[in-house]
Amino acid sequence: MSSAIRQSPLLKLTAWSFLLLWLVIAAFPFFWTFWGSFKVEGDFFSKADWTWALFGHLTQLETGGAFTGDGYHGAWIQEEFWRAALNTFIVVFFVVTISLTLGTLGGYALSRSSYNYSFWLLIIALIFRAMPPITLVSGYLLPFYEWNLWGHLPTAIIVLVAINQPFTLWMLTSFFRNIPKDLDESAMVDGCTHFQAFRHVIIPVMWPGVITTGLFSLLLAYNDFAVTAMILSKENQTMVPKIASFLGTTQTKGNVMFAVASVVSVTAPIFVLVIFFQRQIVSGLTAGAVKG
Amino acid sequence: MKHKTFFWFVLPTSLAMLLFIALPIVSVITQSMYAPHKQVIVEVESCGVFGCKKSTMIDQDATRELREAEPLGRFVGADIYTNRNHLASNEIAVAWESSAGLGEFLGDILNLPFYRALAFTLTFTFVVTPLVLVLGFTIAVAVNSIPQMLRGPTIFLSLLPMIINPLIGSLILFWMVDARGIVGALLQTAVGDPNLSMKASTPLTWVMLIVYGVWHSAPFAFVVYYAGLQTVPKDTLESAMIDGASRWEQIRYVIVPHLIPLTTFITLMQLMDNFRVFEPIVSFNASAHATSLSYFIYDDLGGETRLLSSAAATSVLTIAGVAILLTPVLVRTWRDFARR
Repeated sequence: MSSAIRQSPLLKLTAWSFLLLWLVIAAFPFFWTFWGSFKVEGDFFSKADWTWALFGHLTQLETGGAFTGDGYHGAWIQEEFWRAALNTFIVVFFVVTISLTLGTLGGYALSRSSYNYSFWLLIIALIFRAMPPITLVSGYLLPFYEWNLWGHLPTAIIVLVAINQPFTLWMLTSFFRNIPKDLDESAMVDGCTHFQAFRHVIIPVMWPGVITTGLFSLLLAYNDFAVTAMILSKENQTMVPKIASFLGTTQTKGNVMFAVASVVSVTAPIFVLVIFFQRQIVSGLTAGAVKG
Repeated sequence: MKHKTFFWFVLPTSLAMLLFIALPIVSVITQSMYAPHKQVIVEVESCGVFGCKKSTMIDQDATRELREAEPLGRFVGADIYTNRNHLASNEIAVAWESSAGLGEFLGDILNLPFYRALAFTLTFTFVVTPLVLVLGFTIAVAVNSIPQMLRGPTIFLSLLPMIINPLIGSLILFWMVDARGIVGALLQTAVGDPNLSMKASTPLTWVMLIVYGVWHSAPFAFVVYYAGLQTVPKDTLESAMIDGASRWEQIRYVIVPHLIPLTTFITLMQLMDNFRVFEPIVSFNASAHATSLSYFIYDDLGGETRLLSSAAATSVLTIAGVAILLTPVLVRTWRDFARR
């Protein structure tokens, strides 16, 4: 439609400048923080002269170069951020694998059933999706203490899988609805059981939907703070709660730069992810919407 | 699909949701009706040369035993709901009697922790949601008018505030609006007050959190609207143009009506997500000026003494709030389903 409408130059100028302003607001903070993470604290928070943050006046005085990796060294090695990164990797890997396995089975069944109960299951999932995860955490704590489940990675993984399920189910159901019913029905006419039809006919064609859903469950697990902060012990902490705990300790030690460096470290993988999977993310965000 | 096959396919996912979402809700409701045990106090008589003296002391062993035997605590019914930290029925009654006008009464209520959290949560939800819709729509229309080649990078940069973890996104903004950060310093120069601090005043903290909320959620509305704009029927648009509709009239009479279902969808998602606002309050260290229901629960659960019962009562009230927000949507979905 852009070619179909002739725009007045004034309108065009407004649109361009508005967009430029929005892009600066949206992206500038990230680049600024990335740049600043290689400076010392006096430059990152430079009250005296803001150009110090750009050229690293104090960084040069203190370390001899315009850039320093001290923040990263302090965070990753001294404060053992690598341990948190490893924990995050384990949690994210298992949460994605398990939620997709459960979700594809359930989503496929929901998309192929027209009985009342399948509608109600989806509605219950929607209600569960609306509940803030932190409200559930107060229900977990006492049983987990009693049964000695509190603090371990597998516990966090299972809880995150369950919290992910409502969302995964909705998304995969809508993807499976787009795969024509004739496909598996004709396989069953040829003598397959329903599970065989799923295994040999549906699985080979379902990957685009599964990858998109997997990305969102990855983001959900990677970004979770409420659950992991509450049910993981200190040595099993993942990256996001670890950063939150830095805020408590680093302010007193005057090492905000540890937190800045670890914030950049957590953001970087997401950057790469968006670069490679932008199309899937956009299609996933709109999947629920465009189909009504 | 046959009932039996359906059952086996949905069994794993239903089991996960039953065990870790449905049962915890039951557990939360139960917990909210039990208070922690009081310490067992015994009276001991110690006799010395100057005669006997009675004193009370805490029986540590008995207390521990009691706590281990009944970890839930003692049953108190609805007491936790009505105490000062939650619905505060007594305090409200007192405030109603004693206060001179409505303003004073409201002021008294907003001093109570639960109502303070509720007030901020509702303000945040109902201010951020419309702003997100408007900003998202404007960005979508603007992106739709630039050359195809530039759209990809624009969408990439626009997605960032939403994809990044809320805790981290708000932390990045917090460092920038710090009195020593670049935006904070800029604001100080603009206002001409070198001591201006966003953290120190309640209204400014609220504004900061709301700005963060809009920044974080606008990309979502933008992407959904942008996808919607690609499906606007070209014929209708062209005939509107032939009939002499201006660009504004095209937006008003063709594009906006086409996007109404999407608006409902975004509003629903935004209401659910903004109602759980939590991470930015941790990052902005703003609990002195603004708390939300989720933060209230987090605060009770963390720290040295975990106030499980208090957190549970707040959780139940929060779930009730979510249910009220969702009712119109559920009723509509049911009507659609029943009509089919």
